[in-house]
Amino acid sequence: MTATATNTKTMTMVAAINDALDLALGADSAVHIFGEDVGVMGGVFRATDGLQAKYGAERVFDTPLAEAAIVGMGIGMGLAGLKPIAEIQFAGFLYPALDQILSHVGRYRHRTRSRYHLPMVIRAPYGGGVHTPEQHADSPEAILAHTPGVKVVIPSTPADAKGLLLSAINDPDPVFFFEAIKLYRSVKEEVPLGDYRVPLGKARVVTQGDDVTVVCYGGMVEVAQKAAEAARTAGIGVEVIDLRTLVPMDTETVLASVAKTGRVVVVTEAPRTGGFHSEISATIAEEAIEYLRAPIVRVTGFDAPYPPFTAIEDVYRPNPVRVAKAIKQVMAY
Amino acid sequence: MTSPKSAPAQPEASDTAPGYQAAQAAYDAAQHDTHMVQIVAPDGRVVRPDLLPAPEVRLELYRQMRRARHFDERGWVLYRQGRLGVFPPFGGMEASQVGTAAALTKDDWLFPTYRDTGAALTLGLPIARTLAYWRTSPHGWHMPADLKVLPFYIPIATQYPQAVGAALAERRKGTRNVAMAFIGDGGSSEGDFHEALNFAGALNAPCVFILQNNGWAISVPTRTQTRATDLSRRAEGYGIPGVRVDGNDALATYHVTAQAVARARNGEGPTLIETVTYRVKPHTVADDPSRYRSEAELEGWDAKDPVLRLRTHLLAEGLMTEASEAELLAEVAAEFEAALQEADSYPDPTPAEILDHVFAEPTPQLKKQREQILAEEQQ
Repeated sequence: MTATATNTKTMTMVAAINDALDLALGADSAVHIFGEDVGVMGGVFRATDGLQAKYGAERVFDTPLAEAAIVGMGIGMGLAGLKPIAEIQFAGFLYPALDQILSHVGRYRHRTRSRYHLPMVIRAPYGGGVHTPEQHADSPEAILAHTPGVKVVIPSTPADAKGLLLSAINDPDPVFFFEAIKLYRSVKEEVPLGDYRVPLGKARVVTQGDDVTVVCYGGMVEVAQKAAEAARTAGIGVEVIDLRTLVPMDTETVLASVAKTGRVVVVTEAPRTGGFHSEISATIAEEAIEYLRAPIVRVTGFDAPYPPFTAIEDVYRPNPVRVAKAIKQVMAY
Repeated sequence: MTSPKSAPAQPEASDTAPGYQAAQAAYDAAQHDTHMVQIVAPDGRVVRPDLLPAPEVRLELYRQMRRARHFDERGWVLYRQGRLGVFPPFGGMEASQVGTAAALTKDDWLFPTYRDTGAALTLGLPIARTLAYWRTSPHGWHMPADLKVLPFYIPIATQYPQAVGAALAERRKGTRNVAMAFIGDGGSSEGDFHEALNFAGALNAPCVFILQNNGWAISVPTRTQTRATDLSRRAEGYGIPGVRVDGNDALATYHVTAQAVARARNGEGPTLIETVTYRVKPHTVADDPSRYRSEAELEGWDAKDPVLRLRTHLLAEGLMTEASEAELLAEVAAEFEAALQEADSYPDPTPAEILDHVFAEPTPQLKKQREQILAEEQQ
């Protein structure tokens, strides 16, 4: 962190993202933002609000409605020396573009032996908790984390969102930037003004504790924090680790915490089978099994499509009660 | 034909006829299609003297077609000798690839599919690198810094939207450079094809889309692929010009492509060009087309050979003699053999090279995996 407290402004996460995009557009004429409704309207969540008016319709523009072409066109723009920032309206709408993503986004540096590289950012709101219709609440981050050659970033606070997004835009490689819809406007904090970076690949220790390590990211960080508070009143010290980036993953910070606590709960809102929580769990099992005093417990969504049923959405999406129960479980083993 | 009432009705023979006849019929019909641009007829007769490119252009197109054909012919031999991996031959499609790519300069972009070796060679992709690519050597992935040729695309149609992006970027940067992308008749069924045409039109991208209608998507004839019979007309749906050209007439493919490139450079937007040609060869050197078509039926296609057509024209016009042609063929062969020697000199990759060029800086995970490979190497 480079900024001082006097040099900040209170922002929501969506305002911090808008601030980062504004700075990036102002700093480098190669930066272009495009997608569905990002121009005149400023995005369905207003993340690009005012940017077309400020930088013109050549730099910030609406595209036809077609995700594969949005990503594919972005690839071509990146190859040709621009810095494309594509917005996919919801992460659950990434699927039509998966051929472009899996076949190409992560491969250009490799398949041209670095003659070309792809300094592209793909932003996508993800996750549940705000009662969206079908397909709007998916958490597909594991698909991307499993794709070689792409980085995956998921912030959980406004200051992190700004600092990580500016790092992503200035990264020479393609970065998927998932933004938890639940957090866009529900949290506010002081965000440093000006160019402010949070490095990719460095986790954040949210709360310190000696008994249990909870590893999470994005929309699950506040859920884990609430569970940690509840545990603290019961005398259990919980160390909440916000990964911030899944690729590259900060294994070091996670393992250091596990060496201290010996108990692990991993929390994501993605489906259970094959999720990134499994990667976290396997890494801990491989690297730190000798420290473990209890089996690792995963708190996740289920192997069913995310339910758009307001009354029972909370059954699917992990809540503080489920996380607290998992914390008790690893303590009781 | 009779069939029991309880059984499903048998389709008429013509509905299930081997794709070859359908392709042949479609090609022959196209010969009488006034909508299709042709400058030299299959018999060498000039049908549009007003559209003939300059003599030096015609000679250069012939030289490039000979280079491409030589690669294709030697490629088969090298494959059988185990000196080249599985590759998709393109012999018979030289006019479709050379005539189009020849309309570009080295400042333009080329997005070729796996069957477009001829196009890539024409723009300047070194033969040695191309051989290395089809030898599965990473040296074939080292793209020359002075060329904007992308590696051959294996997934179908994905290159089309990417060409739109490159074209758009050139316009944003204020250049007059264009992007050219190739696809086949099968590829034009993919969503990316349609999305790209729509994007290019809506964003006025300086793009030239080449749709090589060669009659086949592996074993599926165009007729089974789509009910459409004139694929150039697909452009209409996106508000951009569509041109249908005899894909075995190099002068015609060059003429229409040069026009489309000029339009794109002038800010007049994209064009779709359908080159009506034929895949005389199998899908790949490992494919057995006898399962879906009779090789004997291909005899008719020799008369439509694009290389021989231009040869007949050049000899008839006195632009080439048999002696000057012999000289050209010797040059082409010598160039290829020198390139083959260069490709032979490329060393095999080392195991840890698998992990090179994933990111600008390897992640901690990649560094660890490199250590693993190096340790296994030493065991």
